[in-house]
Amino acid sequence: MTATSATEPASTAESPAAAPTAEPGDGRRAQDLVVRYGFILVTVALFAFFLSTEPAFRDSNGLFSTLRYISVTAILGLGVTITMAVGGMDLSVGAVAGLGVMVAAETMVIHNQVGAVAIVAVLASGALVGLLNALLIVVLRIPDMLATLGTMFVIQGLKLVLVGGQSVSPGMTLSNGNTAPGVFTPDFLDIDRGTIGPVPISVVIFAVLTILAWVFMARTRWGRVLYAIGANPQAARLAGIRVGLYRSLAYVLSGLLASVGGLILAARIGQGDVSAGTSQLLEAVAVALVGTSVLGRNRPHVWGTALGAVLIGIISTGATIRGLSYYWQDVFEGVVLLTALVFSFTLSRRRA
Amino acid sequence: MSRTDIPAPAARIADAPDETPAVSLRGVSMGFFGKTVLESVSLDVARGSVVALLGANGAGKSTLIKVLSGVYPQHGGQVRVGGEPVALRSPTEAQRLGIQTVHQRVGEGILPGMSVAENLAFGRLAKRGVNPLMGTRATLEHARQVQASLDLAWDDSVLRRDVADLGISDRQLLVLARALATSPRLLILDEPTSALSAAEAERLFAIIERLRCKGIAVLYVSHRLGEIDALADRLVVLRDGRLTDQQTKPFDWETALRAMLGAGPELNGADSSESELRGERVAVALRGVPLLSGRRPQDLDLYAGEVTGVVGLLGAGKSELARGLFGAERFAAGSVELDGAPYNPKAPRDAIRQRVFLVPEDRHADALIPGWSVAHNLSLPFLTSFARAGLVRGQAESDLGRRTIDALGIVTRDEATPIEELSGGNQQKVVVGRWMVEPPRVLLLDEPFRGVDIGARRDIGRRARELAGNGAAVVVLSADVDEVLEVADRVLVLVEGVIRLDVRGREAGRDLVIRAISQGDPKETGK
Repeated sequence: MTATSATEPASTAESPAAAPTAEPGDGRRAQDLVVRYGFILVTVALFAFFLSTEPAFRDSNGLFSTLRYISVTAILGLGVTITMAVGGMDLSVGAVAGLGVMVAAETMVIHNQVGAVAIVAVLASGALVGLLNALLIVVLRIPDMLATLGTMFVIQGLKLVLVGGQSVSPGMTLSNGNTAPGVFTPDFLDIDRGTIGPVPISVVIFAVLTILAWVFMARTRWGRVLYAIGANPQAARLAGIRVGLYRSLAYVLSGLLASVGGLILAARIGQGDVSAGTSQLLEAVAVALVGTSVLGRNRPHVWGTALGAVLIGIISTGATIRGLSYYWQDVFEGVVLLTALVFSFTLSRRRA
Repeated sequence: MSRTDIPAPAARIADAPDETPAVSLRGVSMGFFGKTVLESVSLDVARGSVVALLGANGAGKSTLIKVLSGVYPQHGGQVRVGGEPVALRSPTEAQRLGIQTVHQRVGEGILPGMSVAENLAFGRLAKRGVNPLMGTRATLEHARQVQASLDLAWDDSVLRRDVADLGISDRQLLVLARALATSPRLLILDEPTSALSAAEAERLFAIIERLRCKGIAVLYVSHRLGEIDALADRLVVLRDGRLTDQQTKPFDWETALRAMLGAGPELNGADSSESELRGERVAVALRGVPLLSGRRPQDLDLYAGEVTGVVGLLGAGKSELARGLFGAERFAAGSVELDGAPYNPKAPRDAIRQRVFLVPEDRHADALIPGWSVAHNLSLPFLTSFARAGLVRGQAESDLGRRTIDALGIVTRDEATPIEELSGGNQQKVVVGRWMVEPPRVLLLDEPFRGVDIGARRDIGRRARELAGNGAAVVVLSADVDEVLEVADRVLVLVEGVIRLDVRGREAGRDLVIRAISQGDPKETGK
């Protein structure tokens, strides 16, 4: 504890000055390239790999069934992306999709309505849950994760209450002894089962929503404002932005998108399955998180989410075709997510 | 007086004769990334004395406090406690050596969800040689002793209460009491009265007086000259990391403030090369608006067509004035008129619509969007005018970026460069340039020159004067006298929420301004 030992560390404190920010070396540049394009490269490489080794992957059905498979996850992921852009999170998307399935079944099978009515009812249910989330988060100031976790549980319970805990299928016996009057109308079932040319309608919906969401988030002033709020809410307010209004908008959009996912899911299952949508939540969140690392942006963005969903779809389909057990899929998806997070948090020099 | 006395300072270091300072610094220095923040500071704090530490923002006060609290073990120079050189390797080490710090934000020292007694005992638990399994009874007994020794008049019902139920002043006393319970040699109080009412502050002063009698050394950091005058035996002034003045009572405030606020070449009024602007029309009229809670309400007219400079130390009410006019906060009372019409913005959005703009004090926290380009940061408040059918017109935005870069001389690669890559001064120009998309009626600049190099300061100042020349009411608020004198046509001095001086810039010399800030206790002149 001498005087010398007390003064010595001072020189180390000054040393950062001697090493000003160095020009990026070759290693740094390579790392930047990997961070930026590595993700896309892996997706393309995997696709090429399965394409060359698995004949079943090669016909257009293989490709489209992959996209069809991931369309629900991807659309839910878009909603999560929008809420992440405002610095929040929506954990209720899976439950909202499940609620959509039940509302669709209820409307068509029990109330004997046409498909169009069911679609409106499902979208309305999604928007309503979005408004509820906005109320909890913006007005009542509950942290986003906790609020949407709460609504998730409430909806999961409510959709069972709606149908007395039973799955709803055409021809079922109702509690009053009558037979359910309606069916899932063919035009409704076409949402997932129909095609336009060779392209399944659900894939078309996925593509259109991705483009719309991208235009909205990246090209309109509303999207810009949402990102501003996520990056610095205080500065956004002092720039005259109605922060509460826009955060509410994000949750309503997320709810709407999740209910579109619910429509596709309902058309796919063809009955009011009480467990539908539950498994979609974690995948949707994972896809949005994976998306943040695409192109090294290190922030949620629409193309990243869509591409993340496609990658996970390729892995799942590839694994299935290769005859790997379904549980391997979770392992692969987890590894993809963790790799992406390493890209975002460890390797990227663009810190959010 | 209480019977249970605070025990004498821990006898770890052999007791030296009384004239040995409790704590002394010898050539203490500290730098971050090559920037010197403290430069060879030597300072003695004697036992039973109160030493006031003064300095403007960024003078190095916080760094000095952190060195003493063990946060920066890598500092240069030497710290002696009781005459012995010591190494302050960690906050725990500093506390063990008897240096206790009560920070400005008391919330950081409070453990919510625990009782007052438990919070009082917490400091003890971290100490070695104390039974970590203190029972409820032992905790309460300890708390009783502590409160008795400080005459807090807290009975058992208070001690059992959850800390969350305490008011801000009681929380502060709690943190203070806990620090004192460890019988410190040196107590550092960082802006202790900033959240207290006058009566609460008096209670604190009484405690400090008692500590002095007990031989505890106090380092008292404050901007309130009245308090320092009443409490301190000595004062030291820090500016740009150096001690620029040391005084013993009675204090010469003008000298102290000059040491604190700078002593460059004398400037008179708005830069002599430029012609003075004189606004005739009242743009903003405040009537009966209290700028700080509990202070006398103020009447103030701000004129269009000139630059009004508002000088005041931290906590004088400058930011409250600016944020209130911008709708970021509400004035507690009174009325405001803008160009003769009632003006009552509920949010910044309302102010911006009426073209009242604010460049906030902290550009990183309150203005810049990290990760965004220069152009995107510029267009944010008026995005609507850069969009057609909701779609942002990238071309119009880039044009804005290039125009602003030219107009303000922003040093950047181009308008697409991320804002982080710009220097502080150029970032500030972006924040100012943001409000030039539409001609402002009122432009409020809160500490616009902080962390800004002299070139950028000139550019921003010139631009502000141009806007005033075009009919805007420009208000520059700053703690730096010279900065204000450089740009202002009219100079106001704000002390503790009260306007103390209101002169034309040409008549306002640094001496006049500093004298206005230093004019004794505002309680005497405030009424």
